[in-house]
Amino acid sequence: MTPRVTVAVATRVLQQVRRDHRTLAMLLVVPGLLLCLLGWVYADLPAQRFDALAPGLLAVIPFIVMFLVSSVTTLRERSSGTLERLLALPMGRGDFLLGYALAFGLLAIGQALVAVGACLTLGLEVAGPTGWLVVVAIADALLGVALGLGVSAFAATEFQAVQFMPALVIPQLLVCGLLVPRASLPTGLEEVAALLPLSYAVSAMQAVVASPTAAGVGSDLAVVVGFAVALLALGGLTLRRRTP
Amino acid sequence: MAGSAIVVADLAVRRGGVPVLTGLDLEVRAGEVTGLLGPSGCGKTTLLRAIVGTQVVAGGSVAVLGHPAGSARLRHRVGYVTQAPSVYADLMVRENLRFFARVLGLRRARAAVRTEEVIAEVALEGQAGRLVRTLSGGQRSRVSLAAALLADPDVLILDEPTVGLDPVVRRDIWAAFAARAAAGATVLVSSHVMDEAHRCDRLLLMRAGAIVVDDTPDGVCARTGAPDVEAAFLALVEGS
Repeated sequence: MTPRVTVAVATRVLQQVRRDHRTLAMLLVVPGLLLCLLGWVYADLPAQRFDALAPGLLAVIPFIVMFLVSSVTTLRERSSGTLERLLALPMGRGDFLLGYALAFGLLAIGQALVAVGACLTLGLEVAGPTGWLVVVAIADALLGVALGLGVSAFAATEFQAVQFMPALVIPQLLVCGLLVPRASLPTGLEEVAALLPLSYAVSAMQAVVASPTAAGVGSDLAVVVGFAVALLALGGLTLRRRTP
Repeated sequence: MAGSAIVVADLAVRRGGVPVLTGLDLEVRAGEVTGLLGPSGCGKTTLLRAIVGTQVVAGGSVAVLGHPAGSARLRHRVGYVTQAPSVYADLMVRENLRFFARVLGLRRARAAVRTEEVIAEVALEGQAGRLVRTLSGGQRSRVSLAAALLADPDVLILDEPTVGLDPVVRRDIWAAFAARAAAGATVLVSSHVMDEAHRCDRLLLMRAGAIVVDDTPDGVCARTGAPDVEAAFLALVEGS
């Protein structure tokens, strides 16, 4: 792995996104807009209803958006032959993965600032340090990137890649504590939820909102980052220089 | 380096359970343009991919410049142009090439200079600032070719590089191949267009996963008494 090559990959990915104004705008603004919509949905109800749901969605939305974007982009690299060309060049697989993670991580910063800004404008009560919301949102976005990169190896077409969203993401969404607190899940399901990364992403966000010291956020965040790193490493195994 | 730059011995490749190449032997000399000719589907691309080291092989060996195909030390030295242009459609020609130059390890300033050099070599000066998506098919394949020239490779593997090019550009590109070979590089070009055969120093005629002839263009014709390579190829295939 070479920093110069990693940075070259990241710069190139950002160049592509910058060219594609619609994608760029959607990446940055859509999560924030969805949270505004959520605020409107709960506008006439007591504020704690919104406050209960918003942190979870603040964790889930960047994860989903980045999952979709990264799985489709990587699949495009595979199907257009550019990945094969890159792997025949002196590029390490780590350069490719970290380059993508770096580029999408930078976009995630912008996205998180907009989304957190929207929540605060809507009056979300945050007991812990607000900056942590941004940090957790970025970690969740990177988790989405890592999962998307790995999944793209198992999709032959963009149709298949997009369908990994309902297959891999929605089950996590249902059990992650967004709808029902994890402690109230039936036996068996609670244990399953404890094995899934999105549960920790949501839990970290809820911890920042609920606790003045953001107690527990460190360990949740560590689990999210750990999953992201492990998934990236697994994704690396799917980048093969030789293909059948 | 004189002699054989590429040595393929007893190469076997299966794709989807079907044998594509079986026991293929081949040598390609440095300093020559070698043409790999044969009908579509005869295994040309599979053979080229095995030489570049991107093809999973079932048996045999492929050595390039004395190293096993695909080994890390060859990645600066082998340029490969796939049949479908493998460049980013949503970037400019220049941005594509600068990116690949950076991946090759060139410093920023050097990458910029080298980019302009290869753009000139494939005659795309007028399109350098255009998005690849907006180019014609022939122009796109020239961008892909330019990317393979960036490293000034010792071995250049080209899979049907002249498809869709107009005669003037085609002539210029073949002249560029000849110049590289004259400078000592190994150039292996596949084509299913037999009229390109006379531009090669040596011909490999391939059919159904096997090399049926390995000779000079004149030698191929003399062997069969045919007036041109196409007729010679037909005579060889139908005679065997």
